[in-house]
Amino acid sequence: MDLALVVVIQVLYGIASLVIVSAGLAVIFGMMKVINLAHGEFLMLGGYSVVMAVQFGINLWIAIFIVAPIAVGLVGIVLERLVIRRLYGRMVDTMLATWGLSLLLIGIVTSVFGNTTAGISTPLGSFRVGGYSVSVYTLLIIAVAVVLGLALRAVLTKTQFGLIARGTMQNPAMADALGISPSKVYSATFAVGAALSGLAGGLLAPLTGVVPTMGAAFVAKAFITVIGGGPAILTGLASAAGFFGAINQVATFLSTPVFGEVALLLAAIVMLRLLPQGITGRFFKGSL
Amino acid sequence: MQRRHFLKSTGAGAAALAGGSGLLLPYAALAADEIAIGSIHDLSGGLDIYGKPMADALTLALEEQNAAGGLLGRKLRLATYDPQSNMQLYTQFAQQAALKDKVAVVHGGITSASREVIRPVLDRSKTLYFYNTQYEGGVCDRNIFCTGVTPAQTVGKLVPYAMKKWGKKIYVVAADYNYGQITSQWVKKFAQENGGSTVAIEFFPLDVTNFGPTISKIEAAKPDMLFSALVGGAHISFYRQWAAAGLNKKIPLASSTFGGGNEQIVLSAEEANGYLLSYNYFETIATPANKDFLARFHKRFGADYPCVTELAMGTYQGFKLWAEGVTKAGSIETPKMIAALESGISIDAPSGKVTIDPQTHHCILNVSLAEVKDKKFNILENYAQQAPSDTSAVCDLKKNPRDNQQYVIKA
Repeated sequence: MDLALVVVIQVLYGIASLVIVSAGLAVIFGMMKVINLAHGEFLMLGGYSVVMAVQFGINLWIAIFIVAPIAVGLVGIVLERLVIRRLYGRMVDTMLATWGLSLLLIGIVTSVFGNTTAGISTPLGSFRVGGYSVSVYTLLIIAVAVVLGLALRAVLTKTQFGLIARGTMQNPAMADALGISPSKVYSATFAVGAALSGLAGGLLAPLTGVVPTMGAAFVAKAFITVIGGGPAILTGLASAAGFFGAINQVATFLSTPVFGEVALLLAAIVMLRLLPQGITGRFFKGSL
Repeated sequence: MQRRHFLKSTGAGAAALAGGSGLLLPYAALAADEIAIGSIHDLSGGLDIYGKPMADALTLALEEQNAAGGLLGRKLRLATYDPQSNMQLYTQFAQQAALKDKVAVVHGGITSASREVIRPVLDRSKTLYFYNTQYEGGVCDRNIFCTGVTPAQTVGKLVPYAMKKWGKKIYVVAADYNYGQITSQWVKKFAQENGGSTVAIEFFPLDVTNFGPTISKIEAAKPDMLFSALVGGAHISFYRQWAAAGLNKKIPLASSTFGGGNEQIVLSAEEANGYLLSYNYFETIATPANKDFLARFHKRFGADYPCVTELAMGTYQGFKLWAEGVTKAGSIETPKMIAALESGISIDAPSGKVTIDPQTHHCILNVSLAEVKDKKFNILENYAQQAPSDTSAVCDLKKNPRDNQQYVIKA
């Protein structure tokens, strides 16, 4: 019974971490149709912002929830101005450009911080579930994922910015004719996506070692989740993360972490064969 | 810029370059008279936590030798290569060291995987090879000298001691390559010999960072103790998540790898206190020779140098053994060197006396058992002059000089 509860918590944690890691990509790829191969490096920058901020004596929570998103959001604005904005609508070109950016960012961070593992202790301690101990930070990740999903939904549906952003993505020419500057909207949306990735990197910092190449471990999973989710950004993200996260964690419990990864990738291949448009291409049609 | 001006200035530049290289020639001739020593250690990537202290120790040993007049009347020169925790680069650099830079000896290789990558390369080119890392034992090859401790010397002490202290059920977590695979079998063997058992053995690739489900599984198995043979920067997150779940207070841990990469400094004292370890060298060994060594080391690399690791000391001792061999052989030719090193030479090192066992090309040395206490090692037991009995049970290079393989413990 205790074990069942612990497994449930770990499965929820697996789903939540997929949601958090993929949210920034869902905004940038799902809304703007920019294949951001530098997504993993945005996570990595978030991780480094937290490690740096903590070394400068800033409170860990401020570092994770404020410093990391703002720092990476600013990086996002700069990169959008310099590179991405020239490539809207040219999907293959954005792929090449962001891949270059990804290598560039890894190179810059390696030359500044060195190719070594930095990290900080996991905060908050643990609590008991019957005979088992579970880290409180695990619960925090789950809570943040839920709040993040609800907040994104609220922003997109309830605020003027959300409405304008969705309208602009659907038809930039019409938005322009109505007096909205699409370039500003694109810039802001990209910044939001980058900030979400920064937050994710910050949240991961106390759990994993922070190295310049850490992004590679997450970028594939993030893409699989977003593409598996299909056209609806939020519903797609939640359903694909739920599906893949559960398979990954259950397989890990039954065997080893290696097999967990294999099971996730196998599930993705089978699913994309049956649902080439992603989950929301067939189910939950018309949702957000 | 005008074309004419450009031509003039580049012409002058080329002339300067030509003059420069002319000046360099006598220097190159001078450098050829030095003895080159290859150092192949990961100075970046996930294994740099091990590689950097090893390279530093080699630098110190070499500088000390040069200060004492070099060897055979020649100065020594370090040829350093950084394989960046990448096996492909190991092959490439081993070839470069042996064939292009013509080094007299290669010190290096950290993981057993990297050793097995460069060993055949150096065998083929008859370049002497010193592997200075504690490892799983069993390598039997006349061209290589393994100066690190092996499981019979460490795990064979650690497992019975920990079982007496904590209980008989052991859960093993290990890195997923030859080191972890073989060492975990030794843990199993020593556990069974002492009337205990291993409940489970789990392997993790070097890049795994999420240990949540594993930690729950360990707790479900209710072992008396955990044995870790985890390796590298990513696996440090195991200790972090283990402590975050509060289990470091409930299930005690012994390890054959912890501390090798200064994990005790990266983690906080609360996260790592009480872990049980066994190595040839701990910084806290209280002998005059070691105090003197540490003073020299800190003078060279700064008073705030984190910690001289087991692997760094292995490298220092490996170099000293090699230098002793050169003196004895009076030559740096590989066959003469091997013959000299096989005559049973020994040195007085900071860890105590270290002797090369001619039969196995491994070392007879002191071993200590210690526990982690506030980022330092608190020594509990000392075992003097331990022989590499795991390797000598299977390998005899005196009888079989042409043997060339790694013997693996039968599960």
